[in-house]
Amino acid sequence: MTRVLLIVLPALLVMALLPLGVGGYILGLLTLGYYYAVFAMSWDLLFGFAGEVNFGPSFLIGVGAYTAALLNHYWLWPIPPCLVAGAFAAVVAGAVLAVPALRLTGPYFGLVTLVAVLLLQNVLVLFAGITGGEIGLDLPDVLAIDDTTNYYYALVFMTVSGAILFGLSRSPVGLILQASGQDAIEAAALGFNVAKHKLTAFCISAFFSGLSGAMLIFYLGTASVGTVVDIAVGVNVIIAAVLGGRRTIIGAAVGAIFLIGAGEILRPLGQLSTFVVSAVALVVILFFPGGFMGRLLQAGGRE
Amino acid sequence: MLALQILIDGFAISSLYALGAIGFTLIFGVSGVLNLSHGAIMVVAAVIAWWVGGFGSGPYLGALAGVAASLACAFFTYRVIVRPIQNSRAIPREEKEIFVLTATLLWGIMLQEAIAYFFTNNPKTVRPLVEGVVMILGVRTPLNEILTAVLSWLVIGLLYLLVNRTRTGKSLLAASMNPRGLTLLGFELSSIYVLVWAIYGVLAGIAGVLLGAFLGVSSDNAGVLTASAFSIVVLGGLGSVSGSLIAAYVVGYLETMTAYLVNPSIRTVPVLLLLVAVVYVRPQGLLGRR
Repeated sequence: MTRVLLIVLPALLVMALLPLGVGGYILGLLTLGYYYAVFAMSWDLLFGFAGEVNFGPSFLIGVGAYTAALLNHYWLWPIPPCLVAGAFAAVVAGAVLAVPALRLTGPYFGLVTLVAVLLLQNVLVLFAGITGGEIGLDLPDVLAIDDTTNYYYALVFMTVSGAILFGLSRSPVGLILQASGQDAIEAAALGFNVAKHKLTAFCISAFFSGLSGAMLIFYLGTASVGTVVDIAVGVNVIIAAVLGGRRTIIGAAVGAIFLIGAGEILRPLGQLSTFVVSAVALVVILFFPGGFMGRLLQAGGRE
Repeated sequence: MLALQILIDGFAISSLYALGAIGFTLIFGVSGVLNLSHGAIMVVAAVIAWWVGGFGSGPYLGALAGVAASLACAFFTYRVIVRPIQNSRAIPREEKEIFVLTATLLWGIMLQEAIAYFFTNNPKTVRPLVEGVVMILGVRTPLNEILTAVLSWLVIGLLYLLVNRTRTGKSLLAASMNPRGLTLLGFELSSIYVLVWAIYGVLAGIAGVLLGAFLGVSSDNAGVLTASAFSIVVLGGLGSVSGSLIAAYVVGYLETMTAYLVNPSIRTVPVLLLLVAVVYVRPQGLLGRR
């Protein structure tokens, strides 16, 4: 625990002081990275601890984002209730998906979550008259116009979510989740309600994904399929979490910020940038399966 | 008239789906690997066939080059990506599955991006092996469409003979039932896996080339192709070859009917809904065993 604090606190301090030193362009990039970090951390809670592979993080993100977007666009709700509604809708959608899906295991669970994304995408494109379809839905309200304010919103949001998710993963609940992920039958034999804990994990994951999705679109000022629902978004979230080190929560955030940064640095390569990012991720997975943070955080800890 | 059109088009598409999905299910059945670079490997086969065929070397040489490229990709996938993960000591056993999934997914994206970089992501139509059209009871049918269906079934038939009638094939079957028993009988499990990936490479290659000649292929299709193979295989039951064949026809006809009768833009939606329903009611699929 102290080891984690020793790494995280200085990093947070640097991030908090960053707006004094760098321009709006880098701040904008990091803002995006922080929202992705929350996506990746929520995914890690579900995969790293509950052992469930959710191929459709962008289903939860998309439901949250579009709920908030529709309420804001058509009913002109102010931003805070939109965010709450988005997070709540994501939890409901997550529960509807998870209650039957958690009876399934391994590839079947993965497939159902993947199909959920494809269905959501089809529905959004099909009702393009209401949802804006591929082009997107522009929002009357934005979080803030100023880069620095936006940056601090994202940083605070990521820090608070990260602290909650990390605390949860180190709590008894996190241990039970980890046990049921590794051997569900034995965990159940020890008297833990595996299904209940997994459902809770799914709902928590959904809450933060949906909330972050809603925050993201209010930062961008527009909600479109390509930014919050597309399979590619979900794939990026998964790559980020595995790259940073699964079962660490913090690693997922590092992976997400790295991924967004790397994508931007490699932009001059044009089309090849995705190729290079995937290649780097593949090399990390093959040679350092613990990810960036795996060794750092688990060297002295339990495993 | 329309019914006949649906019947013919649906049959050709379904045969192609069956061929594409059968290699996918074979690998899962024998070595427990879900290969998410499947669609990208099919795209590589089609694009290489289009490229080589474009030099005036004729469609046959092109098709051959496409299958060879797919074979090479399959070998690479197994040797460089799947096997190191399976043998790795650093990855706990219960997490190998997700590592294989993530790694093959990344590899698929790399293949897709490489194709898009060198050959652009414009749709490419491979020159068909045979030209011309025939009328079947008044429905204009390209000869190539008939050839697609016939070739698909020929290859599936050959695979059936290989698996059920030859000694090597029977060892494949045995590996899917009880790998440990097979090693105890003195078979080298790793050479069986290599064989399975070789068969997979050829199947995916043929399916890719035929798809390129029938519908045309762009590098953007890789994800959809993987998803459709995945859904067919789950619908039929993971690891069950005959289940995959039936599922391929269910999916093929459902998509064709939706495209003709309702709206081409939602052709995949009924399949997805059916898939969710089947997975909830009968997770092992139509013919799967748990």
